[in-house]
Amino acid sequence: MQPRDLQAEHFSSYPPEAKRVVLAHLDALRELPLIFIPSLLREVIDYDFKFPAERSAIDGEVALLSSFSQIQRHDRFQAFERLSISPKLERFDWINQPAQFTEQLSAYLWSTHQLDAFRAAATEYGARLHSEVSSEPLPGCRLGIAVIGQGVASFDGRLFKNLRKHGTYFNQIKPEHGLELLLEAVAARSKAYSVPYGHWYVDGGQEGSHNSLLTCVSYKSLEPVREALLRNVRTEIEKPGMGPEELRTHLARLTPSDLGMNPGGDAVLDRFQLKVLTEGSGTQIFSTTFAQWTAREVLRRAQALTLLVRFAPRQRQRPMNELLSSSQGDSEVDPIGSLIDADIASYYHWINQQRLPGYDRSAFLVWFEGHNEALIVAPTLPRGTTSNSALDLGQLLSIAIS
Amino acid sequence: MRTTAGLALGAALECSSPFVRGEAARKKRKTIVITFGGGARDQETFAPEGQENIPHLINELAPQSSFFTHVTNQGILGHYVATASLTTGVYETLNNFSAVPPEHPTIFEYFRKDLRRPASDTWVVAPSNGFNRIGESDCRAYGPGTGAAVILPKHLLSATASGTTEDFDHLLRDNYETPLYTPRLSGGEFELQQLESILRLSVADFMAHARTLSSPDELSVYIAKRLMQQEAPSLLWITMHDIDVAHSGAYSLYLEGIRRTDRLCAELWKTVQSEPEYAGNTTMFILPDFGRDSDFEPGGNGFQHHRTGDAASRTTWMMALGAGVRQGVVFDDPMQSVDLVPTLGAMLGFTPAESKGRPIKEFS
Repeated sequence: MQPRDLQAEHFSSYPPEAKRVVLAHLDALRELPLIFIPSLLREVIDYDFKFPAERSAIDGEVALLSSFSQIQRHDRFQAFERLSISPKLERFDWINQPAQFTEQLSAYLWSTHQLDAFRAAATEYGARLHSEVSSEPLPGCRLGIAVIGQGVASFDGRLFKNLRKHGTYFNQIKPEHGLELLLEAVAARSKAYSVPYGHWYVDGGQEGSHNSLLTCVSYKSLEPVREALLRNVRTEIEKPGMGPEELRTHLARLTPSDLGMNPGGDAVLDRFQLKVLTEGSGTQIFSTTFAQWTAREVLRRAQALTLLVRFAPRQRQRPMNELLSSSQGDSEVDPIGSLIDADIASYYHWINQQRLPGYDRSAFLVWFEGHNEALIVAPTLPRGTTSNSALDLGQLLSIAIS
Repeated sequence: MRTTAGLALGAALECSSPFVRGEAARKKRKTIVITFGGGARDQETFAPEGQENIPHLINELAPQSSFFTHVTNQGILGHYVATASLTTGVYETLNNFSAVPPEHPTIFEYFRKDLRRPASDTWVVAPSNGFNRIGESDCRAYGPGTGAAVILPKHLLSATASGTTEDFDHLLRDNYETPLYTPRLSGGEFELQQLESILRLSVADFMAHARTLSSPDELSVYIAKRLMQQEAPSLLWITMHDIDVAHSGAYSLYLEGIRRTDRLCAELWKTVQSEPEYAGNTTMFILPDFGRDSDFEPGGNGFQHHRTGDAASRTTWMMALGAGVRQGVVFDDPMQSVDLVPTLGAMLGFTPAESKGRPIKEFS
């Protein structure tokens, strides 16, 4: 199947909103190179379960593609057109299985030494798209908060190493009621700036008391889903012919109900949580990885205006096979290791936040929970400096977003 | 960052003698290659901010070594396929997750055929099940029976512990690249009975020692030492894997893996100095198979994976030390990972006819 042969009936199995998007831009899709179009369809096919920011991005991209003249289209896709694709991939059902196609395409590009060329083409395409598709102005500055080190009594190492040169380090913070103050401030932002899926609270353990306006994801609340997933995987890998690629395909097809998620819940959020667990490596096993990957995906996908991530101690490292087969008992935790994990995760949180629109106005705060160390990166604060101001977390946050 | 400026080799240049001469020449020339089958980035190793993780490499081994700061891997960034490429000198395209032999002849086949060496003269100690076919290709002119035997210490341990109540699970983690899937073993493997005949190690002693170890790489080094003592192979290839725990996303465990690997490399080098068959006539190469993704590559997730093909994931370093190696020298000229096999061919006197790499001129 070539894109030029696309017909409306080929998309009969797409969910309603996804089908609407495709049919509205079918002429433009027919003009796209085969090596490119499944990457777009991979996003479109899940349109019904996407966050508003993602829907807006898809709408903008397909509208732009529809507006192209033939010359513009050639200019935009010539780097992709120069790459070869195998006959096997040409025969693949890329309309209904675009994610599986892109996975196989990736393997093909690696094996034919075309990966670097594809990566360059995709990077340039993304950069031009980003510059041409306008986004809605933000109602306020974006704010990221990372709370790290829960359960650590003392730490001799140097925290925030990667972030210090970008912000102001505070060493006299008053830690009392810190988490409550931060959650209150986040709740206030969710009231001030009403944005669907705009304000998030991610907890690597048991979530604390929080305002219902916040979209909340926690490692603890997903425990039954994680266990169901591991049981599912154990069953699958016993089947003949199962390999890592087949397992990935299987995981990609799982739905929230397959893992016992409440059918009456938030379908968009449930899909998001499912993908965190089925696509994120280690998210099923380590709570620190879960929190880091969830934060990354919340920023990349939902483009959260506010994101508070609190890390909890992950389990002590046990062998992978034991972790995957054991479902009972509370295991020992590794607070220091978790602090080190969360420290780099907070750096990644900031990097991912800086990739979003409005990055030059955004603010980021990381706090060593229960202690007097914190750091703020914000346009209003100097970089690479230390402050010994005695502030509580509420006051600190006010400085960050002032 | 990838220049001599970030390194602290310290020692003055020392022009060594030609490759092997004098007393050493009367003994068999030995070569040990250690690869890290878990890419490590500069910023956690040889860059200034990473040197605290590698005290042994930076303070003990680097001053004795020729250090190559810019080794690129232009192939597929999966650990089995990349290590297979290191052994063949060709960027292999096999499925990283299948137990298949390399398509091109391996260094072990070239070595044995050209130098007429017996099977006992070359061994591979490899980390995970997927590596069990790495000892020889399926090339018609070489192939089965002409390469190296592969020891998979974890599999050996598993077989040893089978049917007992011993809990060795903490050593059996496998294949961090697909943490939810562990491949089944197939193909030629080191048989359990060879534990006694080759390593001269009783099952009881082996298990007793395993109880003292905390990681699979420690087990690999233990096996490698036994091989050096009992078989004294001239070409020994060891692939470490602990670092690849990074795929689980836990940065602290990744750093622990680097520190452990650093310690184990130094331990092996000390063994080289203390074993009569190896002291003075051994050249050791240490290199990660590739790097890991940059923190700033949007398609990746920093240290966790090596999926983007960006410069950080493709670029790494190599250290050579011992017989025939100039000490305290840093080379910034780019080389490729496939250059290792032809370099070893030039040093040891075999011809890797199908290799696509080029000998490193600094060793010629």
